[in-house]
Amino acid sequence: MQNNSVNFKRQVTVKLADVRLQNALSRLQSRFVGGRAAVISEISDFEETRVAAAAIRDRALNDLEHWLLQFEQQATARGAVIHWAETGEDVNRIVVEIAALHGVRTAAKSKSMVSEECGLNDALEKAGVQVTETDLGEYILQLGHEAPSHIVAPVVHKNKEEIADLFAEHHQKPRKTGIAELCLEARETLRPIFLNADMGISGGNFVIAETGSVLIVTNEGNGRLVTTLPRVHVAITGIEKVVPTLEDVTTLLRLLPRSATGQSITNYISLLTGTKGSTDHDGPAHFHIILLDNGRSSILDSDMQKMLRCIRCGACMNHCPVYQNIGGHAYGWVYPGPMGSILTPLLGGLESSPDLPNASTLCGACGAVCPVKIPLPDLLRKLREKQMERGMKTQRETFMLKAWAWMALHPKIYALITKIGVRLMGLMGGKDKLLHSLPGASGWTDGRDFPAPSGRTFRDLYQQGKHS
Amino acid sequence: MNAREKILGKIRNAQLRSKANEGASAESTTSITQHLAQHPRGPQPPVIGDLLKQFKERCLKLSSDVIETNDRAEVPNLLRNYLNEKKLQTQGVCWPSLSTLPWSAAGLDIQSRPSNSHDAVGVTGAFCAIAETGTLMMLSGKETPPSTSLLPETHVAILDPRRIVATMEDAWDLMRTEHKQPPRAVNFISGPSRTADIEMTVTLGAHGPYRVLVILAPLG
Repeated sequence: MQNNSVNFKRQVTVKLADVRLQNALSRLQSRFVGGRAAVISEISDFEETRVAAAAIRDRALNDLEHWLLQFEQQATARGAVIHWAETGEDVNRIVVEIAALHGVRTAAKSKSMVSEECGLNDALEKAGVQVTETDLGEYILQLGHEAPSHIVAPVVHKNKEEIADLFAEHHQKPRKTGIAELCLEARETLRPIFLNADMGISGGNFVIAETGSVLIVTNEGNGRLVTTLPRVHVAITGIEKVVPTLEDVTTLLRLLPRSATGQSITNYISLLTGTKGSTDHDGPAHFHIILLDNGRSSILDSDMQKMLRCIRCGACMNHCPVYQNIGGHAYGWVYPGPMGSILTPLLGGLESSPDLPNASTLCGACGAVCPVKIPLPDLLRKLREKQMERGMKTQRETFMLKAWAWMALHPKIYALITKIGVRLMGLMGGKDKLLHSLPGASGWTDGRDFPAPSGRTFRDLYQQGKHS
Repeated sequence: MNAREKILGKIRNAQLRSKANEGASAESTTSITQHLAQHPRGPQPPVIGDLLKQFKERCLKLSSDVIETNDRAEVPNLLRNYLNEKKLQTQGVCWPSLSTLPWSAAGLDIQSRPSNSHDAVGVTGAFCAIAETGTLMMLSGKETPPSTSLLPETHVAILDPRRIVATMEDAWDLMRTEHKQPPRAVNFISGPSRTADIEMTVTLGAHGPYRVLVILAPLG
C-alpha cells in the first residue's frame, strides 16, 4: 500500500468535519474501550500477565535469529515451505510464483495487515489470479476499493447504509438494510468462493518456534475456511511474530482478544502445522509460509526495538484521543493510531511521515493499555527527538525550542521574561480573563480562547509565600 | 546472497551490536533448548469451583448451548428435540466414531461422512474442552475432519465431561501426552462464528456455524 502519511494534516481537517465518520468512531469507542474494561478483570492479575507477555516478546526479539531458525526447522520438517521476503514487492512476487507453481486461478483471503503492507491483491490481479477478501470488513473494502481504517475493525468508518449500497451494486440482489440480512447476503455470496478457491491466503498472528506452526485468531470462521478447504495455503507474516512455545503464545492469547475487542477469547484460534496427511479429507496439500522483513530488522537493536513486541490488538488506537477523532485513514498507511505513528515512520522513513510522531497528545493512554507494555509515548517522544536532531522541524519550531533551551539555562533572564510575559497576558485577558487571539499561536486561538494567566508567575507567588 | 541469508544477517548484526552495547549476554543455545524442553507456563487465572460448572457457565456466555445426559444412547433423542424446538433441519453428518449412535431410531438423518456445504448439522466429538473460557479443542485427522465443525449451520459437539481441563496450558499438556506433536490443525472453538464488522453490532453466524450445541455425555 502506498504511504500517504505525508498528507496527514490535510486529511485531519477533512476527517474532523465528516459527521458519519464521527458517529462511527463513537461506536468503536463505546464497544471496544468498554468491552476491554469489562473483561480484563477476569484475569486476577492482569498486570502480572502483561509483564509476562512483554518478557515473552522480548525473549523472542532478543534472540530472533535462533527462534526463527528453530521455527524454520520445525515447519520444514512438517512439510511447510518457508519463504523469506525482504520487501513487500518480494512477498507479491513469491505469492505470484506459488500461484503459478500450483496452477492457481482463484484465491480466498482472510484478513492480513502484512499483505496490506505489500499491496498483494493488486499484484495477484495483475498476474491473473482472482482474489477475494473474505473477512466481512475486508470484503466490503474490496468492493469499495478502499483501505482499512482500523487493524481489527477495518470498515469501522462505514455505516450500514453505505454497505447496503455497495452490496446492492455488486450482488445484483434487492437492497437490504438490516445488519443480519447484510451479513447473511455476504455469507451466501462468499461460501461458493471458499469452496472453489484453489488457494487460501491468511496472515499469521503468531508463529511458534517449538512446533513450526502458524497461529491465527479469528471470529468469523473465514480464517478456518481458507486454511481448510483450498489445496494451497499461503500464510504471510512479519519476522517479528515468532513466539518460542505453545505456553508462551497462550499467555499472549489471554491478552490479545481482551485488549482488541473485549472478548475473553475469539471464536476460533487455529494452530496450523504442516500439510495434510495422505488419509486426511481436509486441509491443504501445500503450505507456504512467507516471513516478511520490510524494515523490521533495522528496528532490532535500536532504542525503538520494543515496538516489535506489538501483537496488533488495536487497544492503543481505541483509547487514543487523536484516533478517536480522526479515524484511521488520516494516518495515510496500513497502521493507524499510536502504534502506526511509530511503525509507519520506522518502516517507511521518518521523512515521509513528518507529522505522525506529533499526532499525539502524549496523554499516555496508549502506553497504559498496551498488553505487551510498549512504552508508546516514550517512543513517540524519541521520534520527535530524532526529527529535531535531523533538522526536520520547521525553522520557527527549531527557533522556539532553542530560545526556550537558552532561557532555561539562564534562570535570571527566564524569570524576567516570564514575569513580563505573564503580566502582559494578564492585562490582555481583560475582564473575562480569556485571550481571543495570541500572536504566533493562532492555531490555538482560532478554535478556542486561551485562558489568561493571573498576572503573576509561580516564582513570584512562591517567593511571596516564603516571606509571609 | 539470497533473501534468507540477508535477513538473518541483518538480524545477527543488529543483535551483536546491541549485545556489545549493553554488555548483555546472548541467550545461550542451552537456555533456548531448555526453554523449549521445559516450556514454562505464564500466570494463569484460577479456575473457581468445579471445572464442569465453570465450563458450562462460560459456554453460555459465548452463546453456546449445553445439554447434559448420563446416557450416551440418549444423545440422538436430545439432539432431535433441540433441532425440533428450533425448527431446524434434522439432516447432517457425523465423525466416523459417532456413527454407531442410534440416529435413525431418533428420526435423524445423520450420515457418517465428511461434510459438504449442504449439510445442516455437523456432529463431532472434541479432543478436550477448556473450563477457563468454555472452549472446545479439536484435533484434525482422518477420523476427525475439521470441516464437520465448520461448514454446517449447526455444530454439535459430544463431549465426555471428564475431558474438561482447567486451562489451555493443561490442554497442550494433554495433547503432548496423547500425541507426540500437534496434528495439521488444532482448532479452538469458542461459540458460534460471529462478526461485528457492520456498525460494531454482533451478528452470529458469519462464515461458520450459527449455533454450537455441546452435549455433555460420559463415554462408557
